[in-house]
Amino acid sequence: MLQKRFLLVLSSLLGLSFAQTVTITYWQYEFKSKVEAVDELIRRFEAQNPGIRVVQQTFPYDAYQQKVAAAIPAGQGPDVVNLYYGWAPTWVKAGYLVPLPEEWSARVDREFVSMVQAVKIGEKVYGVPTAVRSLALFYNKDLFRQAGLSGPPRSWDEFLAAAKKLTVKQGGRFTQIGYGIAPDGQDHHLVREILVRQFGGRPYSEDGRKVLYLSEPGLKAFTFYTDWVRKHEIGVPNFFPGNNGYRDGFMAGRIGMIIDGSFAIGTIQQGARFSWGVAELPVERAGGRKANFGSFWMHGLTPLATGPKREAALKFLAFLTSEETQRYWLEKVGELPASKALIRDPKLSLDPIYGPFILSLGYAKATPFVDETAQRKVMVDAINRVILQGMDPAQSLRMAAEEEQKILDRFWR
Amino acid sequence: MRLSLGQREALWAYVFLAIPLAFFLYFRIFPTFQALGLSLYEWHADPGARKFVGLEHYERLLEDPLFRRALTNTFLYTLLGVPSQLFLGLAIALLLQRVKVARDFFRAVYFAPYVTPAVAVAWVWSWMLSPHFGLVNEILTLVGLPPQPFLQSPTQALPTVTWVVVWQNLGFQVVLFLAGLESIPRQYYEAARIDGGEGWRLFRHITWPLLNPVLVFSVVIATIGYLQLFTQVVNLNFTDQGGPLNSTLTLALYIYQLAFLRFQLGYAAAVTVVLFALIFLITLVQLRVFTRKVEL
Repeated sequence: MLQKRFLLVLSSLLGLSFAQTVTITYWQYEFKSKVEAVDELIRRFEAQNPGIRVVQQTFPYDAYQQKVAAAIPAGQGPDVVNLYYGWAPTWVKAGYLVPLPEEWSARVDREFVSMVQAVKIGEKVYGVPTAVRSLALFYNKDLFRQAGLSGPPRSWDEFLAAAKKLTVKQGGRFTQIGYGIAPDGQDHHLVREILVRQFGGRPYSEDGRKVLYLSEPGLKAFTFYTDWVRKHEIGVPNFFPGNNGYRDGFMAGRIGMIIDGSFAIGTIQQGARFSWGVAELPVERAGGRKANFGSFWMHGLTPLATGPKREAALKFLAFLTSEETQRYWLEKVGELPASKALIRDPKLSLDPIYGPFILSLGYAKATPFVDETAQRKVMVDAINRVILQGMDPAQSLRMAAEEEQKILDRFWR
Repeated sequence: MRLSLGQREALWAYVFLAIPLAFFLYFRIFPTFQALGLSLYEWHADPGARKFVGLEHYERLLEDPLFRRALTNTFLYTLLGVPSQLFLGLAIALLLQRVKVARDFFRAVYFAPYVTPAVAVAWVWSWMLSPHFGLVNEILTLVGLPPQPFLQSPTQALPTVTWVVVWQNLGFQVVLFLAGLESIPRQYYEAARIDGGEGWRLFRHITWPLLNPVLVFSVVIATIGYLQLFTQVVNLNFTDQGGPLNSTLTLALYIYQLAFLRFQLGYAAAVTVVLFALIFLITLVQLRVFTRKVEL
């Protein structure tokens, strides 16, 4: 109480001496290169906008949403906040985000890759990203060579054949697996957004309000994936325990292939002590439909940004998502730019590591989550019911579709 | 009015006691009632925009399979964990009491897990229990038993998590019992031996009844601990918390997920109120049932 009063007095004194300065607060979770990048960006922004001061505050990832949940209602939180796009609908519904002015909608259509459409919730734009991510296949070139494989698989048939060659089982226990099965890693996206589409289905209706994956192609895709564990035995979940165990197992040289996001590039570059490569995701058959899951962290505006703070926050938002910032971000953080124009740069699409990710940005779709935590769980559980409990895939997928439809209905009612 | 020295001292005592009391009231009791209020509203960041929904959240609880699962699991953890922890704790304390050589060393060994951070414990155990690389399965295979999935099996995960928690709490439990055992006067045993008492009968008629205060305290504290289980559950299956297939989900974890990952703080408050009521009732019943007056 006393401390609060002291701060109030202090801030009003400061307010008196810098009457024209507007101070806004930016929040993101702690990630060294991102925090450093934003510090530098703030320096540049403040130099261009002498009347505005930006304060960056960061929190550990695991405490981040908790801090936001408590701070904004208390009026102590950020004006501009960084969030995973999948959280946005939940945040909007609970009043943690306010829509951006109308002209931002046209900007999203004009400048950003198509997955960024996910920032629109009920016709309004709630934020924009600096960078985006997609998925690709990481493969261990050394293990491939030892198994007599020449290059990365292009179709799922080739993928299965390669994975089988890369799997080593002794007794009842695997010592090496072909594919890093991770239902709770990226694989729930792989099933929902990639395999369902590749097999000719659609995961959701156009407006995102109806679950459509309970269909013939959807079931085919789901069964195909769960067979990797049940029938083909090319891997097991949690082969390496812990957070992102599939990635750890890959970096330890015990997993031949993983599907992971562009956000994993830095970690793998530092952790893998062998030669590895990245390839665009396999397709159902040569020339078949390509699909990918795109996602991003966006910057949104909170209800705390009012009056002159709102103007300042919008300026900062525009600066954070400008092409110039995106270029700097790619260089400094290694995340792919969100701008349509920037990803056309042939220097990027020909890069052996970034290339496959860049190429898939053109067709990657971001799942229209309304309650990401709950929806993620629905698909993870659907997979686990089959691979851990031996449930019939059709039954498990039906249960998932029903559960998820309930979540969608609850949100949109 | 003049106060006597005793009165003045008492007054000062109350003044000093008032500070922690005020702290307790403001930071513990007040939020409890606040949660009760919160559970009647649809959550919104702007307090003025919170919609009153009455008992809707409590009705939703009745048909929420995840809540039911979390509730059942929480009871299972408590029913498995508390007796195991007490039984093992007492057994080890009785053995340690007899140890004469390297006494402090053994006590330190048993206490070590308790002072290790729960997160570290969980991560080490998740490796030890790994079906493919874990030490535990290595041993099972050596003695000719099939490897077990442990944390990855929807049926084995809950007992496995319970085991890790029991293992970690054991040190504290042992220390409690040791202190209880040391406080029983030697003379009682000596007198009983003169009357021909031995072994089990000494335990049954002297040790057990005189340990009652420690026992009651242990039961109550351990029960509350298991009813609030969170950290180990989160860290033993970090990417599918409460999984696989909700088999390890607890009420505390469900509250956390609802409130801070799904921003449904009103509904989360309703679950909190239920958990609070449960702990309160169970503790009252335990104090009634287990507390015994001892007459020798």
